[in-house]
Amino acid sequence: MSLFDLAQAAVEGALAAGAQYADARVVIAKSQSIAVLNQEPQSIDQAERAGIGVRALTGSAWGFYATSDMTPAAARRAGQQSAAISAASASVPGPTMPLADVPVVSGEYETPFVEDPFAVAISEKVDMLIGVTKTMQSVDGVALATGNLSFWDTNKWFVSSQGHRIHQRLVESGGGFDATAVGESETQRRSYPQAFGQYETGGYETVRNWDFPGNAGRIAEEAAALLRAPDLEEGEKSLILEGSQLALQIHESVGHAIELDRILGWEAAFAGTSHLELENLRSHRYGSELMNITADATLPGALGTFGYDDEGTVAQCVDIVKDGLWVGVLSGRDSASLAGLPPGGMVRADGYNRLPMVRMTNVGILPGDSSLDEIIADTKDGVYMATNRSWSIDDRRLNFQFGCEVAWEIKNGKRGRMVKNPTYTGITPQFWAQLDKLAGGDEWVHWGTPNCGKGQPMQVAHTGHSAAPGRFATVRVGVRA
Amino acid sequence: MSRTIEIAGRILDYVGDRAEAEIVVSGGESALTRFANSFIHQNVADEGYQVSLRVAVDGRVNSATTTSLGNLDEFVDDTIGIAALQRVDESWPGLTEPTDVVDPHHFDEATATATPAERAQRVADFVAAAPEMSAAGYCETLGHDVAFVNTEGHRAFGRFTRATIDGIHRTSGGTAGTVGAAGSGHATSKAFGDLDGATVGALAAERARRGGDAFDLKPGEYEVVLAPECVATIAMFLAYYGFNGKSHAEGQSFAELGQKQFDASIDIYDDATDFRALGVGFDAEGTPRRRLELVEAGVTKGLAHDRRTARKAGVAPTGHGEPGSEVWGPLPTHVFLEAGNTSVEDMVASVDRGLYVATFNYCRVLDPKVLTVTGLTRNGTFMIENGKITGAVTNLRFTQSFVVALSQGSVRAIGNDARFADSEFGPGMMHVPSLQLDRWNFTGGAAG
Repeated sequence: MSLFDLAQAAVEGALAAGAQYADARVVIAKSQSIAVLNQEPQSIDQAERAGIGVRALTGSAWGFYATSDMTPAAARRAGQQSAAISAASASVPGPTMPLADVPVVSGEYETPFVEDPFAVAISEKVDMLIGVTKTMQSVDGVALATGNLSFWDTNKWFVSSQGHRIHQRLVESGGGFDATAVGESETQRRSYPQAFGQYETGGYETVRNWDFPGNAGRIAEEAAALLRAPDLEEGEKSLILEGSQLALQIHESVGHAIELDRILGWEAAFAGTSHLELENLRSHRYGSELMNITADATLPGALGTFGYDDEGTVAQCVDIVKDGLWVGVLSGRDSASLAGLPPGGMVRADGYNRLPMVRMTNVGILPGDSSLDEIIADTKDGVYMATNRSWSIDDRRLNFQFGCEVAWEIKNGKRGRMVKNPTYTGITPQFWAQLDKLAGGDEWVHWGTPNCGKGQPMQVAHTGHSAAPGRFATVRVGVRA
Repeated sequence: MSRTIEIAGRILDYVGDRAEAEIVVSGGESALTRFANSFIHQNVADEGYQVSLRVAVDGRVNSATTTSLGNLDEFVDDTIGIAALQRVDESWPGLTEPTDVVDPHHFDEATATATPAERAQRVADFVAAAPEMSAAGYCETLGHDVAFVNTEGHRAFGRFTRATIDGIHRTSGGTAGTVGAAGSGHATSKAFGDLDGATVGALAAERARRGGDAFDLKPGEYEVVLAPECVATIAMFLAYYGFNGKSHAEGQSFAELGQKQFDASIDIYDDATDFRALGVGFDAEGTPRRRLELVEAGVTKGLAHDRRTARKAGVAPTGHGEPGSEVWGPLPTHVFLEAGNTSVEDMVASVDRGLYVATFNYCRVLDPKVLTVTGLTRNGTFMIENGKITGAVTNLRFTQSFVVALSQGSVRAIGNDARFADSEFGPGMMHVPSLQLDRWNFTGGAAG
């Protein structure tokens, strides 16, 4: 029996048990992670998660059941269970959950890659990380030097009761390293390419492109220098954000706020809701006219790129903010139908045993026409912050405070002294209204976030955020205890 | 015999004498019924087993996990084969010798077999506590078996269950964009029968009712009464960043053994064998879990260790080795902050001007060494004036060292209401009371 047939058996089990609609995913997900600390391997780990997840819709609730038993009988039983669970929800009912129409697709998709990351010897990867940590440890003051690599190879076979039959293979690669300097009563850290590493769709070539060995010395020097640097003083200044920090700013204050399930209240108890109201779609000003945000699941190499989402909708590019105006949301077939919007193909699950839900794809800002050097030269009194260190935002995605690893004062168009413990705080629309300069060209990067948590049970998603350095005219910075 | 034992034994046979090996097989069924806008919208369950295998071939270490049980011989061969190609791990601590493991009996059959209809009834009770409001949350039940074996001949087996109901009521229905007052409630136990959806829902509704007409308070330092959810977050951060043997060895922890770092009224311990605790009586390395004193009368007493950090520190492992602890460090996850004898009502009555906070939200560390954390209040922030709650306050941002907040002289009272509270990082890990603290540093309000 093929894996499509296995998924079909699960769907038939659900329909026979009374489901109005059902779909099933057979998933075989392989991963590898390597961690090195101070030239010693800390962890070398391989994992395989394989099984069948079935989704059944009856009335107002999804029922979902998953099993790691990949036999036809278990698949059919899982389908029956999903329908029974859905039906049990009727004792606390709501409005019927509609499904927006999408083209019924038979399709195939595979991530383009050059070098299969699982074909590269683990010893080569470990040796590279050991070399990187050795370079960092050679810098006085660096107590901890770590390096990490992770790779995923995921195959999914999707079948729906409407006739979808889709296979896709997603290959993701990435990693990073960091140096930590430990002082008397503080720690200071520098990371590369960004905090928690940089991840993309593609093969091992993505890791080679970032040249870990060539950047280790600089990063370690900066970590050590931070111990000697003064604190950033509290005040209001022009704030220039390095690209990966702007990417996180987008993730937290735009990406989550535009999730339609949050706007509809489905995540109210845990992840939270949104400050956005549907009645203000196409009239709410999100930020300055430099702000153009898209959710683009088709960007080559970006971490949130795929062929089809986990309910069979083809990947697409959707405008989210256009010239500063809020114009779009992240949605799936059910949420889009409720909101009267076209389905965005943005529903994904963390493995076979989780219910697909609205997730970011590649939510990024389109490039501007400036550069970091030009922005600095144009800034009279400001601060340039790089690489995230802490992030906190309220449940409506309005009130945020972010900390970065390092900052430099900007005075009269020149980069000045390094300062430590930089933080900035703001309210989402007021903050984005301050965006007055944006870089582009080679500085526009598809940053990847491999650890986006949402849902109950908790699911971790891989999302992409294209960004370049940008300037915000006046921002409150330097808030500390 | 549990299937986990059978699978573990089969893998041990496959390994033979080719490597040192430790095997953990865990699995069972988990189910979660989720509701929002006062109806069930997502209702899920899954069954299955996960196999974790760690091997050392002449000191060359590799680990692997799988959910596929059909080709375990290949899984073992691959794991051993990869290990043989690695460098020698100089810190490899070896395997746990055969030793007695006490079963704490944290298992309840009715919880393991709870049905979707039974979970839906708890949800119905929660929602019915305030039919005029909009309810959201979840009810979860799970029952898992865990088997451990290693090539030294050590064996351990345990079963545990967990049941949770957690949710909010909001005073305005409709879309989430409509700003309304929200209140939260939570209960976790090993036994589904202990959960009372109506009581938890009533607490959430009461907090939401009192949360109307909230005003913006000027940021600054205020005396606070923190509900167990807030204290659970504090305890989680102390455990994760402080009482973590790896962080301590790396110089990143605030913990200084033998030093009086907290108020004399503070006692914290980790104990998976406590009758109220959840989980099994051993860790992923087979080390028996026992009570570990972390803070006694304000003095930092202990750290959590797995075999690797224990070896480096020259102490015995404490039963905190888990998958990932090689990287994140061993973490206490059965934490009890000893209850006091003061009621929340008496705490509030003793405050001239301060705040009562129901939950914290989205807390993140600015510097682990001093445990300075920023986060927000959520689902109930109330002004206390002259011993009475006088109104609701919009959510506030704080930036506060959690160690300083509990330091000598800073703890005014400890509640008599200890229970499991969710720290934002999962239920059933932190059993804590309310706390009355001398000051808390609020650094921003609704306006930023």
